[in-house]
Amino acid sequence: MGRGVVRFELNGQPAEIVTTDERILLDLLREDLNLTGTKRGCDLGTCGACTVLVDGRPTLSCLLLARSASEHSITTIEGLTPREGLSEVQRAFVEHGGTQCGFCTPGFIVTATALLRENPHPTQDQVVEAISGNLCRCTGYSKIISAIRAAGGP
Amino acid sequence: MGSAGDLRLLGRRIPYIEGPLKVSGRAEYTDDIKRPGQLVGRLLRSPWAHARIRSIDTSAARAMPGVAAVLIGTKYPTPFGVLPITHDETALAVDKVRYIGDILAAVAATDERTAERALAEIRVDVEVLPEYVDPQVGLSPVASPIHARGLLGTNIQKEVTQHFGDVDAAFARAAQTVRVRGRFAGVTHAFLEPLVTVAEATPDGRLTVWSATQVPHYLHRSLSEVLRIPMHRIRVIKPEVGGGFGGKSDPLPHEIVCAALSLETGRPVKMLLDRDEVFLTNHGRHPTQNEVRIAADADGKLLAYDITALIEGGAWSSFGTVTTYYNGVLAMGPYAVPNFRYHGRRVYTNRPPSGAMRAHGGTNIRYSIEVALDELGERMQIDPFDLRDRNALPPRSLTVNQLRITSTSFRKCLAAARERSGWDQKFRKLPFGEGMGLGCGFYISGSNSPIHFSPKMPQCTVHLKVDMDGGIAVHSMQADIGQGSNTLLAAIVAEVVGVPIERVHIARVDSDVSPVDLGSYSSRVTFMMGNAARQAAESLRDQLLVAAASLLGYPIERLRVGNERYEVDHRPEVGVSYTEALHKAIEARGALTATGSYTAPPMGGSHKGARAGTAPAYSFAAYVAHVVADPDTGDYRATKVWAAFDCGRPLNRLAVEGQIEGSIHMGLGQLMGETMSYRGSRLLNPSLLEYKIPTPQQMPEVECLLVGDDDPEGPFGAKEAGEGPLVATLPAVANALYDAIGVRFYDLPITPDKVVKGLEERRREGRVWKGE
Repeated sequence: MGRGVVRFELNGQPAEIVTTDERILLDLLREDLNLTGTKRGCDLGTCGACTVLVDGRPTLSCLLLARSASEHSITTIEGLTPREGLSEVQRAFVEHGGTQCGFCTPGFIVTATALLRENPHPTQDQVVEAISGNLCRCTGYSKIISAIRAAGGP
Repeated sequence: MGSAGDLRLLGRRIPYIEGPLKVSGRAEYTDDIKRPGQLVGRLLRSPWAHARIRSIDTSAARAMPGVAAVLIGTKYPTPFGVLPITHDETALAVDKVRYIGDILAAVAATDERTAERALAEIRVDVEVLPEYVDPQVGLSPVASPIHARGLLGTNIQKEVTQHFGDVDAAFARAAQTVRVRGRFAGVTHAFLEPLVTVAEATPDGRLTVWSATQVPHYLHRSLSEVLRIPMHRIRVIKPEVGGGFGGKSDPLPHEIVCAALSLETGRPVKMLLDRDEVFLTNHGRHPTQNEVRIAADADGKLLAYDITALIEGGAWSSFGTVTTYYNGVLAMGPYAVPNFRYHGRRVYTNRPPSGAMRAHGGTNIRYSIEVALDELGERMQIDPFDLRDRNALPPRSLTVNQLRITSTSFRKCLAAARERSGWDQKFRKLPFGEGMGLGCGFYISGSNSPIHFSPKMPQCTVHLKVDMDGGIAVHSMQADIGQGSNTLLAAIVAEVVGVPIERVHIARVDSDVSPVDLGSYSSRVTFMMGNAARQAAESLRDQLLVAAASLLGYPIERLRVGNERYEVDHRPEVGVSYTEALHKAIEARGALTATGSYTAPPMGGSHKGARAGTAPAYSFAAYVAHVVADPDTGDYRATKVWAAFDCGRPLNRLAVEGQIEGSIHMGLGQLMGETMSYRGSRLLNPSLLEYKIPTPQQMPEVECLLVGDDDPEGPFGAKEAGEGPLVATLPAVANALYDAIGVRFYDLPITPDKVVKGLEERRREGRVWKGE
């Protein structure tokens, strides 16, 4: 198997990592870099728990080879959390009950952050569309949707 | 215990105290744990549904570089299982495999790739046995019973027969009878966090196990039994758990195997199951066929239920004995039924084991009853609400099978759902393709008959410790799996002691320091932990009040709890702060500690199985669903659910709403499409892509109507809200679908093709619906 250096921007900082050609981005993040906020729910691109931003777009890190992140910007949940306190959307998830077991939550926060950057006042349908790649088994989605809409402001 | 008085915090919307950790990815789940020198554990699963093991050759696998251990079942043959009376599982298969997915061997290696290669080198020789997937076949003696313990050479795991009153006489004098035959596909929990365990045996002779479990205590006991290590030398830690819904309540084989691999190697081992392995581990809701016959008098008063259930168990017993009882006895609310007969059988099959899933044992039977009542009301021209109201169990009553009903606000649930939904203007009055349906619910608030060392021991204990810093550390083995029990525990302590919730710290579940609680199942936590927490907090508060009394020179009876302050009744300007009282109390005896516990009172009749279904309280529900159906495609959607629920006093409205909304999601999944789909013994859809849980597009708007009165024994009047909210969902939507298109469905899930077929059949029969 081939090894090589992957250079990319990780949470706003330049990163240079030696890895194998077949290393999956999710494994690189969780196992090699200890960025465990990104969750592993299925390894098959079906649940959305591993969502990260690639150049600002929500992307399933379990379906992406680490080397294809080369020269791109990767943002994980760790990169979306302020040094102190929480982001607007994170705070809204807590206050509105948008998190129960919490396992799907980082993926939803990543997806919601991207949505709100593009569209600060999404409609119900736009939120539903945006989160359609993220599964949640606890909430029935309604409090997730209301949290995202509340985070967008009035 | 019931009086609530003026509450500062409880009863409000209390955000989860660990919420900030979860939304930032900082909450620690089992898979986030990495121990120094950790090995990867992987399992070899059986490709055979039913086979006798002749030999397993692990020599080639053992010889591979990077392989630290290879394990087969003969090393740890002690049977285990969640119920003490049905220990029929082993950590790894010993002499037979019983389903595709059964564990044949395990490997610990330096990395996953090496472990997978080693598994491929293990040679297994078996004698294939006939496979049994039809529970009907398993009722009679078979050539190769799946378990030796099956009754008389059959595959019957459990048979229950109960009869109260005189059912035949009641049917003989009935003015109206109705019969429903329900069929229910198996469904599974589909929690987002896969099953995962980390184990570390250390040179001091101790074993530490971190696991995604709902019941750390049962895991603790099973590890001790199978590995033959005393419980005090095993430490079980529960990190955050990413959902359970019953699927993490059995002690599971991979947890024991992971620990065994660590014992074999002397190194930490992590075992993370793939998603398809999680589906194969299953323990979801049982595929079931039931028949419900109901007799009523001329006024619509219920005279009798006659119920049978044939329950497909899969390869193991799991909670199956309880399941077999529950499919009958949980029929006995929310209505008074004076005559009751039940015959239930649970049959082993060569498929993944079924077990406990949210509203265990109560969901399928409730569907059949509520649909049957809808039919009964229609035949007798009694409105569905009136029919149910007429038959509601009264408070402080006994069912005919001796279930003790204390509080019930079922009639208030009916009234609220009827009014808020605009039922009287809509039922049978909406245009074709649109409908309203009523479904009701009833569920246990904790099992009175727990799996335990002794029924005299508490089902929950809570410890509190406060030192000079004034923070209150709370220890208990109650298991927060996302339902918010940590938050409730903190809120109860804060409420009673009179401090902000930020002062309370819920210590992680750790068997070395957490007193035993039986974990998150049977909807027991709010009721049992809540009472234990209240008792502990009152004991702590009383110590602080004694100190405050000595500082203030007033008798303790004159003091009351203020806001971080203990003050004189009617003279609130005279008081001492929490910290002053605490420091005074510590002077006398060092850090304060307090204990509270809960033991359910004795109850239940003296017949066989009398304890099944007994609970210190019950929840009640009345749901109305509005459904829109497309007669051409068979597509339908619940657009709104009015969910009137009696959980006594809701202590955290945010959490209760979350439980109701999540329950409706899960109930809709079972009703509308979720299926454990098999070809023979092979599971066809072991992935979250092919096993489809409802999407946000399929979710209705939910209006929660929390109308419960205080329960006399619940903490501050509260009862369960975790499982009961599921059961009413399915019949409410099915009955609404009937109102929409005039077709009844008895075979779940109700998929669009069945809707189209049902419409065709009705039209063929010449029945016209709502002027269609």
